Amino acid sequence: MTTDKNDRILLAHGGGGQLSDELIRRHILPKLENKTLTALGDSAKLDVDSGSLCFTTDSYVVKPLFFNGGDIGKLAVCGTINDLAVAGSRPLALSLSLIIEDGFEFELLDKILESIGQTARSNNVDIVTGDTKTVEAGAADGIFINTAGIGIRLAAAELGVEKISAGDKIIINGTIGDHGMTIISQREGIKFQSRLKSDCAALAGLTCELLEKTSGIKFMRDPTRGGLAATLNEIARSGKKSIEINETDIPIDKTVQAAADMLGFDVFAIANEGKFVAVVSPESAEDCLKICRNHPLGKKASIIGQIIQTKDFPLVELITRIGGRRIVQMPYGRELPRIC
Amino acid sequence: MLDKIKKSQDILASTCEALGRQINIMEVCGTHTVSIFRSGIRSTLPEGLRLLSGPGCPVCVTDQSYIDIVLQLADRDDCIIATYGDMIRVPGKNGSLETKQTKANTKVVLSSEDALQLAKDNPGKNVVFVAVGFETTAPATAVVVKEAAVESIDNFTILSGHKLVVPAMKALLSGKNHNIDAFLCPGHVSAIIGSGAFVPIVEDFKRPCVVAGFEPLQIIEALAEICRQLSAGIAELKSLYGAVVTGQGNIVAQNIIDECFEPADGYWRGLGKIEKSTLKLKESFSRFDAFKRFNIAEIPGEETSGCRCGEVLCGLIEPPDCSLFGKNCTPLKPIGPCMVSSEGACAAWFKYGGQERN
Ligand code: SF4
Repeated sequence: MTTDKNDRILLAHGGGGQLSDELIRRHILPKLENKTLTALGDSAKLDVDSGSLCFTTDSYVVKPLFFNGGDIGKLAVCGTINDLAVAGSRPLALSLSLIIEDGFEFELLDKILESIGQTARSNNVDIVTGDTKTVEAGAADGIFINTAGIGIRLAAAELGVEKISAGDKIIINGTIGDHGMTIISQREGIKFQSRLKSDCAALAGLTCELLEKTSGIKFMRDPTRGGLAATLNEIARSGKKSIEINETDIPIDKTVQAAADMLGFDVFAIANEGKFVAVVSPESAEDCLKICRNHPLGKKASIIGQIIQTKDFPLVELITRIGGRRIVQMPYGRELPRIC
Repeated sequence: MLDKIKKSQDILASTCEALGRQINIMEVCGTHTVSIFRSGIRSTLPEGLRLLSGPGCPVCVTDQSYIDIVLQLADRDDCIIATYGDMIRVPGKNGSLETKQTKANTKVVLSSEDALQLAKDNPGKNVVFVAVGFETTAPATAVVVKEAAVESIDNFTILSGHKLVVPAMKALLSGKNHNIDAFLCPGHVSAIIGSGAFVPIVEDFKRPCVVAGFEPLQIIEALAEICRQLSAGIAELKSLYGAVVTGQGNIVAQNIIDECFEPADGYWRGLGKIEKSTLKLKESFSRFDAFKRFNIAEIPGEETSGCRCGEVLCGLIEPPDCSLFGKNCTPLKPIGPCMVSSEGACAAWFKYGGQERN
């Protein structure tokens, strides 16, 4: 079936009538094909073995919708898979809600749906239920996506910030700041944007392998908005322990660093979409590192620091390249590009 | 690299001990401030050595009256304000560009070229470029003023808030703060004005001036060089920034500044009125001068109550000495410009922590 290049979403596509039906049957179902979804029931039925479930939801808004390394569709699938993955579960099924603007091109929608379908399939996750709404032009920056996800918690996963103790090591599975700097540079039209690529990826394969093959993982989180700085500060605050990280051990791509320096951004506070931070016992740190480095999403994994006893207030401290110390603050709001 | 750092640290330790007193070195560049905080240099310095963040952040040194003028222009229906990002949050008497009702009239630009383009794209509006910054950004402003003249882009004006570094250093030494022992001079400003521009500071005021780039190692080496001079009782001009900085500087950039601008007396936050310290458009380009186009007189602004940015900029106090620091004044809810700008001393201190937190 072909779509005319000029075909666009109309408000009526969200009206529940014939156009809605066509949208679902002609554009959505073929891209996401699976038994549960094709049944088009009011809710999806899932068969699970006994055990406990993890459940999460997130909404995705991004400008530009297509960026080097991904698009809003891939982001919406990976983001929710990653939330399930770092909670120690194997993702099972996702829901997908689209809020689309009047006038949005079908050609773009199809590309996004294609990407959603492909990302879900390659991660063995089904999109089992969904919804589509349309809104007036200008009300949704093109398209907004919400996904919710259910995962089955792995028996081996006993994760909790209260399990963290002094001496535990902190691992990250690769370079930081790639996603955020790609988006910012593309938005600002910076000339080296083509050399930047978002790290957008689904992490469940790697996190499940880690949980199944090692026993020392105590806590995981994906450093998305607010970047590594926000994640480490959250861990420090809720775990009531200080954290010490080594600047020289933190993997940062050179172009990402250059872009951040030029625009006056702090790479530590820039979003990632294919990274996790794991707090692991010192005994299992090397094993975890090895597993990561043997996985395509962990080739540049590194032990970046450790949990230390807190003095009076849980702080994240950085040991700098020159051997100095400074704190890594919880990022605050939006950082603005600076003058010179 | 670590060997070189160690060597410089040893010099710092021994010279500071030999001097046996508190030494105050001022940096006059926001990029230095950030690099110093971000690399944790402060935590490695001997106790008697204090680094002061001087008037080097373009947003911070801008007097409140200037901000108020920008806010007034933003209220006009016929104006679009084109500004660098960090200016939009600086509070004036009544709010900032960001909190204004009229914020639709404000456009953040990344370069002066973008501002001129905005004027070309909006022929029915007066585009006013908020031109702040030191000698490093002034050439870029001059370029677009000339371009506007050639292409007769008459709906484009600039509100020049450009400032000159050396007059501020002199003003500090001759008035506000005699306790500054030496200056760490900024590499990129020096590349434009030439290291020779600091000669009066060395000769007339007998203060060592060492030009350095922004790599932490070079900064530490510059500090060591300063302390070596201080302990030897001499004041010299030295550049560690290599070939980028020459005595004369970048003549092409200086010429283009001279072509469009002339030095004029002007107001600085905290430092007051300084003779020949700001850049004003020359008569031949006065039709692009927003002060003239909109008939604006610049009068000194009053400091926001309680904010001690002025004293911070003069190196008289450190940010935590301000009772609002970290409590009422944070980067999320900044009261003064030193907390707004990512290069401001208060923001850097808040974000990276000062010595007291280590
Ligand atoms: S902490 Fe805030 S109020 Fe105090 S001097 Fe700095 S900017 Fe001004």
